Parts: sequence; structure tokens; C-alpha cells
Amino acid sequence: MTIAMEAPPSVERGEVILEARSVDKYYGDDRTPVLDSVSVALHSGEFVALLGPSGSGKSTLLRLLSGLMPPSGGMVLSHGEELTGINPNVAIVFQSFALFPWLTVLQNVELGLLAAGVPVEQRRERAVAAIDLIGLDGYEEAFPKELSGGMKQRVGFARALVVQPEVLFMDEPFSALDVLTGETLRAELQELWNSKSMPTRAVLLVTHNIDEAVTLADRILVFGANPGHIRIELPGLPAHERMHHGPARQHLVDAIYRVMTNPGEDASMLVGQPSAPARAERPRRYQVLPDVGIDDLTGFVQYLSSIGGRANVHDLARDLQLRSDDVLAIVEASDLLGFADLQDRAVLLTQPGVEFADAELDAEKAMFRHFALAHVSLLRHIVRELDASPSATLDSDRLMEELEEAFSGGEARRQFETVVDWGRYAELFSYDDASGELRLDPESGVGAADALREAMTADSSATWSVDGDDN
Amino acid sequence: MLQTQPIPAQAAASDRRGGVRPTPWWMDVMLVLFVAAIAFGIARAAARWSTPLSPNVRIDTSISQLPLYAGLSTLRMAVAYILSLVFSLLYARAAAASKAAERVMLPVLDILQSIPILSFMPGVVLALAAAFPGRTIGLELAAILLIFSSQAWNLAFSFHQSLKTIPRELSEAADVYRLGIWQRFTRLELPFGAIALIQNSMMSWAGGWFFLMASEQFVLGANNLRLPGLGSYLAAAADARDTHAIIWGIVALVTVIVALDQVLWRPLVAWSDKFKFEQSGGDASESWMLDLLRNSTVVAWLHDHTVAPIERSLDRPREPLKLVRFKFVVPRWARVLAGFVAIIAASGLVIWGGLAAFHTVSGLAGRTWWTIVVATLATFGRTLAALIIATAWTVPFGVAVGMSPKWSRRLQPLVQVIASIPATALFSVLLLVLLELPGGLNIAAVALMVLGTQWYILFNVIAGAMAIPSDLKEAAGVYGLSGWRKWKLLIIPAIFPYLVTGLITATGGAWNASIVSEYVIFAGRKISTTGLGALIAEAADAQNFALLLASTLVMAAVVILGNRLVWRKLYRVAESRYRLE
Repeated sequence: MTIAMEAPPSVERGEVILEARSVDKYYGDDRTPVLDSVSVALHSGEFVALLGPSGSGKSTLLRLLSGLMPPSGGMVLSHGEELTGINPNVAIVFQSFALFPWLTVLQNVELGLLAAGVPVEQRRERAVAAIDLIGLDGYEEAFPKELSGGMKQRVGFARALVVQPEVLFMDEPFSALDVLTGETLRAELQELWNSKSMPTRAVLLVTHNIDEAVTLADRILVFGANPGHIRIELPGLPAHERMHHGPARQHLVDAIYRVMTNPGEDASMLVGQPSAPARAERPRRYQVLPDVGIDDLTGFVQYLSSIGGRANVHDLARDLQLRSDDVLAIVEASDLLGFADLQDRAVLLTQPGVEFADAELDAEKAMFRHFALAHVSLLRHIVRELDASPSATLDSDRLMEELEEAFSGGEARRQFETVVDWGRYAELFSYDDASGELRLDPESGVGAADALREAMTADSSATWSVDGDDN
Repeated sequence: MLQTQPIPAQAAASDRRGGVRPTPWWMDVMLVLFVAAIAFGIARAAARWSTPLSPNVRIDTSISQLPLYAGLSTLRMAVAYILSLVFSLLYARAAAASKAAERVMLPVLDILQSIPILSFMPGVVLALAAAFPGRTIGLELAAILLIFSSQAWNLAFSFHQSLKTIPRELSEAADVYRLGIWQRFTRLELPFGAIALIQNSMMSWAGGWFFLMASEQFVLGANNLRLPGLGSYLAAAADARDTHAIIWGIVALVTVIVALDQVLWRPLVAWSDKFKFEQSGGDASESWMLDLLRNSTVVAWLHDHTVAPIERSLDRPREPLKLVRFKFVVPRWARVLAGFVAIIAASGLVIWGGLAAFHTVSGLAGRTWWTIVVATLATFGRTLAALIIATAWTVPFGVAVGMSPKWSRRLQPLVQVIASIPATALFSVLLLVLLELPGGLNIAAVALMVLGTQWYILFNVIAGAMAIPSDLKEAAGVYGLSGWRKWKLLIIPAIFPYLVTGLITATGGAWNASIVSEYVIFAGRKISTTGLGALIAEAADAQNFALLLASTLVMAAVVILGNRLVWRKLYRVAESRYRLE
């Protein structure tokens, strides 16, 4: 498939302002990797978007480039010199706004100038000018709690712009806002950037929103998770193609969707163009469970069934008013369980999926139990452990330890919560949060364990990391 | 562009309150007089500190002396509090600065908190009196140190907790916009911790009064060294069975406490509303004093001519401004070496202290240890009895008050005033009555413990009952829950975390109170009963340091063990299971 890759970069690249050279980042004593050998160069005059699912280390990369944390390996260079400490040329707009609630709008905006030692009068003058620029005049003496989310983020922008940063970092700046407000702010930002009315020479945007990246960026880096790495770098659209929803834009959006919905595959094959050799995906002990609760999963399958069993991922995000990465996670979970099939960018309900959507509660649970055992290796692992334990119990700390060997700290916790949620719903085991104990369900859990044991003895070569084949 | 003339900070502040008329001139005059009076009082009281120590201070029970005594007591409290505040800000900041520091400094704080302060009083008094021979200041410092040790720990814990919970992006914003240490402290850390600090300061003051009264009533051996103040006034009045003076003494004490509440704590609480972190508004606290200060021209003038220039000069960035985070990293070997030296020094100190303590204590005969065990059991029994009695009345009463908005509004202020009277101030007065009852001090000690600790439980129970969401109450009503079932299914689970918090504080308080309640010198005679507190007080009186150390260590160990084995577990259950979210 041909896509918009042949479009030339819309901006001539200038000199390299800021660069990460094969940076690694580990967290904690067990050195859980978050970023694995990532290299990025930010050129003067360009707007770069980092796109990827949560946990892919894009925010971490932003923090390395801003000097908020040192890399564990590799180095960060600012104008060719190794960065040590906070990067003085950078300002950040935060997802949570990060305004100081006890300071007025004016005082919040003055914050960056305060530390830079700008004299009082000049400080006030520049802050007021920045407040005007961002459309907040009249709100100087208001406190953040009096403002709406959009207004708060405007203060965040004013605070960043007033220090006249060479590079502006934006960490999911619109994702805490409602759709309309986010859209407005985005358009205003775009106008500011295009009109060159700010002295900023480059912008780095972290986002999970494909539309946002395509609309704003000259260059898009798609990240993958576990540990975070760059899967592919895509050139953005020429300025005139960005706003109207023409075929070039659609191609690019589709290509990115394909990359993001197939986390296990070679990204350059997916976009249909050769690029740097992709890293080999590491073999994993367990598959990665998408962070999806039972309610979302069953609700989604029923919704898909009600609209005819087929939908486009992109449309789903819009119709369900969900973030695209949330929809992707739900689709992935349905796919993993065998209730849906992800083909290209369309989701199809499978036959079991249709039955699952129509089933009564008890039958629904039985089906879920069957399919979850067949497809989720971690769930099978837990049931076998429970079966092997004389007291039919399993200490959650032990399970967490195992998971932490395979996943980073936060991800291990998410995996744990998801698998407990699924297992409880499937009535395979119960879980007592206070004692941290998983206990085999005396009925269905024991039955499932027996079945598993039989299957084991019948085919001793069965490797449990391979998905079952009973559908 | 709209008008964007900068608005002076003060004008902005009163603007926000919405067209409040300025404070009348005579109020400003009152304010100035008030400040002058305080300054004069401090000067006069401080002048006494360097006076020669008279071996036998006579406490004048005439009412005309009360303002002086009240002033002296308050001054001691204020000095101790300021020391506690400075200490805890520095300590917490240092502990939060590095993981290694935290690992040492927090457990130290935990142990300091569990040591029965009162048992150190004799040693501290003797040492400081010796350090300033013939001067009152030694005695004053001893009292201040005692109050300090009752105020500092929870402040330090609270500020450390705040520092650790600063939202990550806020802290990153401070980093990226390169706030210096001072700017970061004043713009981020102190504001973020302000509400918790003020709440804990109020608790610290309440605790401080308790120990101040105890320390003022303290009579050391035959020397009869005592500090003039409200505590000694009340003790002297009770000794003399002068009902008139007792009543006036209590009135003076309550007046001081209520006045401080009105002119200091209420305004601070109302003012600290702006540090609330929730991004949307909530109901604001009110304080007439704060309104007065905000709208006063004198205060505004003072602010502009004193505070504002100081702020500006402090804000001036110190060159170089670079936040050195990981630039001049100390080489690894140096850090390891430093850590090694620190560990050796610390463990050396611990071993030395342990050996010294062991040496002191090992001189005790087996029979003495047996006495300590018996005494511990007796005090344990009393503590348990006190807690049961206190819980038995505070839980139903607190729930009734807390669940009825009408009653909680009416009774809360009253209960607060009553609770703020330090129990130690009333000990000698109560003894007048209690000692006549059968059982004597054995029973009286329990009553004194109840008096000293019941408020912790009551306040927490009221807070817990008030926090029950109304939809839960309605659901209980709809499903016809009443009587015991309502208690079992709704009330007890809802107040449980609060009850546990209250009981933890109350237990520590009860053990501590045993020192002043099991052994009393009343009207010139010693009265005591079997108990660990009595043992400590007696040993201190007789300057039997081996026994004092042994019994103090036992008490500290009992409190720490109780915390670890019982309360923490209960607290964890409360946190995880009965938390209303």
C-alpha cells in the first residue's frame, strides 16, 4: 500500500538544537528499563510529535531532554554540549497544568522570570504581555481555582512563553481538556507557531492522540512500549494538507493506526516503506494484557454486536467518545480473547464474540472463563499455581514479584490488577485485598484447574505461552 | 488590549473579599496598642529571665498577679513553638533531601516521639540549672525544652509528609523554571505544607499547654525550684484550698487559650484556605480578625514598608543560579566512604549509649526489675481502663453530635474550649475532690488519665461521624437499618479509621499522663500508688538514675511495641477496608 510518505518535509531543517544520543533509562534498584537506546535530534524550526501508547516512555524522554532527570545511559546534548542539570533553554507545558494554586495568574506567569532575576517592573510588563498574547487579559489577579480547564492551560502556555524558551515542550497539553476546548487551544497554538510571533525555535509535543500529531507536527515519532523505543519516524504533512481531511491526511492517519494497532509487528513493513531496521521484539514470558476492565470489555463487545459486528477503529473512538489509545486497548483485549478480530483498521466480531454478546450473565461468564483460559497465559499460570498449592491459595506478593521480573514496576501492577479483575469475573479465583491472597474458586476454579491438568498430561509438550487453539 | 495596570498586592487582596469597607481608624489604633502591649509584655517577661534564681519561689495567689503569670506561661509556649517550628522545617527538609538521610532521620523521629517526655524533666532541669548557676534562665530553658519536645515531632512529620506528596508536575515546573532553593521553599514547599502545618501547630499548642502546666507545677526535690506561671499558680491555689483563686486561675487560662484561638489560630486557618490544593473552590473558613487585618491601613502600610522589601531582597537570585542537580556529583567512592563513616559513627554512638545504659541499669537488683514488671502491669491496667471509659462515653456522644448537623454546630465550639483546657492544669484541683473518694489515688489516676486523653478520641469520632456521606445515611434509612444493625453496618465501619487514629494518640497520652497522675505532691505530702509512672516520678525525685532510666526505657518500649504490634495493624485494616472514598 502506498501512503503519504513521499511528501517532502514541510520545513527546511535547521541546525540541531537538542539531541538525545542512544539514551537509556532505568528505574529503581532492579533497573526496570523504561527507555531503550533512543536517539532523537530536534532541529531549529521544526515541530516534532512523540506519539505512542501509555508506558512507551515518551514523557520520560521529554524529561531527559529537559534535564529533569539524568539518563541512565547515553547522553543528552544541548547545542552540542552534554547537558548537566536543568536545560536552561526549555519550558514545559504540563498535562495537569501544574499551576501553583496559591499564586495569582500574574504571579504564576511571573514565576519563570522571578528565578531568572528579571527586575520587578520588567517582570510585570513581560508577564502582562504574555497573558495578553494568550488571550487572558483581565484575569491577571484571578487564582487558578477560579478558572476553567482551558483557561488554566492558557496560563500554563503564558508561563512557558514568557521565559522565551528556545524549545517548548508540551506533555499531553490538551488531554485534560474537553474536546472542544482542546481543539480551540490547539488551533490557537498552531496559529501562534505559524505566525512566528513567539521566539521559540522548536516545539516537542508528547501525545497519544493521532489527530493532534498529524495536525501539528512536521515530524512524528511513533513509540512502542516495554521498554520504550522508537518504532518508526514519519514525516508530517505539508502545511496545506494538514487541516482539510483529504486523502493524504487519511493515508497518514491510517498508516499510524496500523502501526499502533499492531504493536508486535515491524512498523516499517506496516507503513509500506523501508526504514531503519526495526529492533527484534523480545520474547516475553507472558503476553502483555491491555489495561482494560471487564465492564469496558463486555460493553464494547455488546456495542459492536449492536452496530452489526463491524467497525472502523477510528470511528469507534469518535462514536464512543473515548481516547484513541483507550479504544485500541479495548480492541486489543477483545482480539486477545478471541471475541473480535482486528484486520487492518477494522474490527470484526468473531462468532464466539457474537455469542458472548448475546449470552445471559451465567453463560457469559462461562464463555469468558473458557476463552480467557484458552488465550491468557498468565491466567492459566495462576490457576495451575493455585491448583498445585495444598491450601489452594497464592500470595499476591509472590505473583507481583514474578510479574516484576517481566514488566516494569507500574506495568507489573497494572498487569496484576487486570488479571485479577478478569480472573475474579471468570470465577476462577477470589482475591482478598487485605490479606493479599488469591484463592481457587471451589466450583468453577477447581473445574478449570482439573481441565488444565488433563490437557497437560494429554499433551506433555504443550507450551503454555502459546495461545490455545480451541476456537 | 484591556487595562493591565498592575494592582498592588494588598489592594488586590481586599478587592477579592468583595467591596469590604476599610477598617475604622479606631480599630487601627487598637491594633497598634495591642502590638505595643505584646512587645511590652515580652520585654518585661524576658527581663525576669536574667534575674538571680531565688531558691524558694513563692507563688502569689492574688488575682492581680494573674496577667503576669499568664504572660509568662504564654511566652514560654511561644518561644518553644517557634523553636519547634524552625526545627521541624529544617529537619523535614533535610530528611526529604535524600533517601539515605530519610532512612535514618524518620525512625529517629519515631523513637523520639515515643519517649515519655516527662521522665526527662528532672534530669533536664538539673543539667540546665547547673549550666546557668543562680539564674532563672536555666529553669526557663528546661521548661521550654520540655514543651519543645512535645511540639516538634508531629510538626516535623507533617511537613515531611507534605514535602513527599508535592505533585510531581508541580515540582517539575519549579525545576524547569529554575526556582532557587529559597524561591522553591516559599513558592512551593511551604505553601503546599501550610494547611497541615497549621493544623498540627494547633495540636502542638494543646500538647504544649499540657506539659507546660506539668513543668510549672514541677517541684524538684528539696530545692523547691519552681517557675512562676499559670500552672504553678493553680497548684499553689489548690495547695492553699483557695477556691476563689482556683476559679480565677482557670478563667485566666481559658481566656488565654480562647484569645489565642481568636487572634492567632482562626485567622491563620482562614488565611490558609488559599493553600488548599483542590483546584475548585470549597467552603471557606471565616475569621473576624483576618478581615480586620486584611482591611487595615496600618497593616497594609507595615506590609509595604517591612515585609515587602524583605521579600524582594530575599527573592533576588543568588548568582550563580544554576540548580546543581547532578553536575558536581560527589564521586561514588567518596559517598560510600562518607556513608561508611556515618554508619560507624552512628553505630558507635548507639553502642556507647547502649553500654552506658546497660551499665547503669545492670546495677539494679532482680527485685527491682520485678517491681518494674508489676508497676508496668498496673499502669497497663489503668491505661486500658482509661481508654475503655473514654471510648465508652465519647463514641456514642461523638456519633450523636457528629451525625446531627444542628448539634455539631452548637456543641463543637463548646467542646473545643473545654478540651483545650490542659488536664494537667486541673490535676491539683481535681485531687482535692478525688483523694477523698474510696480507692484514693489508684482510682484518681485513672480519672486523670481519662481527663487527659478522652478529647483525642472524641474529636476524631466527631470528625468521623461528620464525614459519613449523606447518601450512605439515606441508604441506611431506606433499607430500614436501625439500632445495633445500623451501628454494625454503617457507623462503626465509618468511624473506625478515625477511632483508631484517636486511640493511638490517646494511648501515648495515657502512658505519659501516668507519670504525673500516679505520683503527686499535694499540699506538701507525697501520695503515690503502684505504677510505672509512679516509679519514674519517684526515681526522679530520689535522683535514682538507674531506676529512672530502666523504667523510662520500659515505658518507651511498651509504647513502641504497642504501636507496632497493635495500632499499626489496626490502622492498616482501617485504611484499606473502611476507607470511604
